[in-house]
Amino acid sequence: MNRPAPIGLLRATLALLRKDLLIEWRTRARLNAIVFFALATLLMFSFALGPDTRLLEKNAGGYFWLAILFASVLALGESFRVESENACMDGVRLAPADARAIYLSKALGNALLLVALGTLLLPVMVALYGVKVVTGFVDLGCVLLLGSLALSAPGTVYAAISSNARARDVLLPLLLFPLVIPALLSAAKATTLVLQGDPMNQLNSWLGLLLGFNLIYWGVGFLLFPRIIED
Amino acid sequence: MNKLIKWGLPLAGLGVLAAGWWLGLAWAPPDREMGDVQRIMYVHVPLQWMAMVAMLLNFVAAVSYLLRGNASWKLDSTAESAAEVGLLLGTLGMVTGAIWGRPTWGVYWSWDPRLTSEAIMLVTYTGYLVLRRFVEDPDKRATWSAVVAILGAINLPIVWFSVRWWRSLHQVQSSPKTVDPQMVLPLRVSAIGLLLITIFFLITRYRLALAERQAEVALPDALPEASGSVVSNAHKVA
Repeated sequence: MNRPAPIGLLRATLALLRKDLLIEWRTRARLNAIVFFALATLLMFSFALGPDTRLLEKNAGGYFWLAILFASVLALGESFRVESENACMDGVRLAPADARAIYLSKALGNALLLVALGTLLLPVMVALYGVKVVTGFVDLGCVLLLGSLALSAPGTVYAAISSNARARDVLLPLLLFPLVIPALLSAAKATTLVLQGDPMNQLNSWLGLLLGFNLIYWGVGFLLFPRIIED
Repeated sequence: MNKLIKWGLPLAGLGVLAAGWWLGLAWAPPDREMGDVQRIMYVHVPLQWMAMVAMLLNFVAAVSYLLRGNASWKLDSTAESAAEVGLLLGTLGMVTGAIWGRPTWGVYWSWDPRLTSEAIMLVTYTGYLVLRRFVEDPDKRATWSAVVAILGAINLPIVWFSVRWWRSLHQVQSSPKTVDPQMVLPLRVSAIGLLLITIFFLITRYRLALAERQAEVALPDALPEASGSVVSNAHKVA
């Protein structure tokens, strides 16, 4: 008897992540959709507030994260919709791998997508709202990375739930929005500090809050996710 | 016992609540600064306390549901009833709070941590109850809503903390008021009265939820001669 050894958590995660990224790369449907959606959202904010550039520049951090949040709802929902075709989720679950690897790969994939989205939105913000990156791109990269991870950790759990429920398009934002308020608050605040300067040195405390939010929800999602997809 | 719960509990609750409100409205002195407006405290504060108790019960039921290996409809029904009762009491508590806030602070609403966390709590549990309506499979509904309840409950302290931080960069939070001993008695009596009514609501709603669950589980394989035993069997198998 030569039983194959079960795949470790890390290797399974990477294999699944590679599969998801490959699907994404071959179609690029999700990234295209959310980029144009987020661009339209940013544009709409300028129309809703009138052509006051100073006002737009002042609130740019908040608009940036709202655009990412709205786009993330689309991306998260889609990330499980691809699995519902041909019952792909059952196939993935049948593999002799840890179910938590599915969570990690999906959540990491969603976070990567949001980081890519944020990177593409930044030049648009510079053009539309006239913002300047005052404290440096390293700070901005940290905020973007931590904020994307914070949106995708609870978002992936809720997307897995709502993709199997009725009225999933209503359900996901209804569940997700109240939950990510602390993340949205600290990410928007930190982005505003990066864009307008940080004389009081508050940036690190907001980044700390984002980090704590991430630790809690990545942990809880990691623990609870296998219960969600079991049959 | 059944009759006691059905009639004794609500009647006793209403009686004690009436006594508490009478004490609060007629016997307790008016507040030195707020005057008679303060008397809404005897309605508002017990509502908020009981909402917290119900939400805590929901959290405990959700955690125990997930910790147990096999599905327990009793825990699921407890969680559902607690969320519904808690949402009702919390909404009433928030409305009475806003009514008090207008003459006292000059506004119905302020972005203070407690108010903000409560608003987010109400939205969270609305989402929880909506999710329960949108999932047909009772097993999945129970598991998923338990996950949502846990994630939502964990969120509330984080919200409280982050909003306090967010606000503290702008202005100082108003300090809690010290309470006169002659106001404590009516508050306690009202709270006990409302507690009895809350327990009555919870038990009634729990029985309804449990009956619904058992009907849902029993329907597919209900046999005419032994439907009673099928219910208990299906309950164990599921």
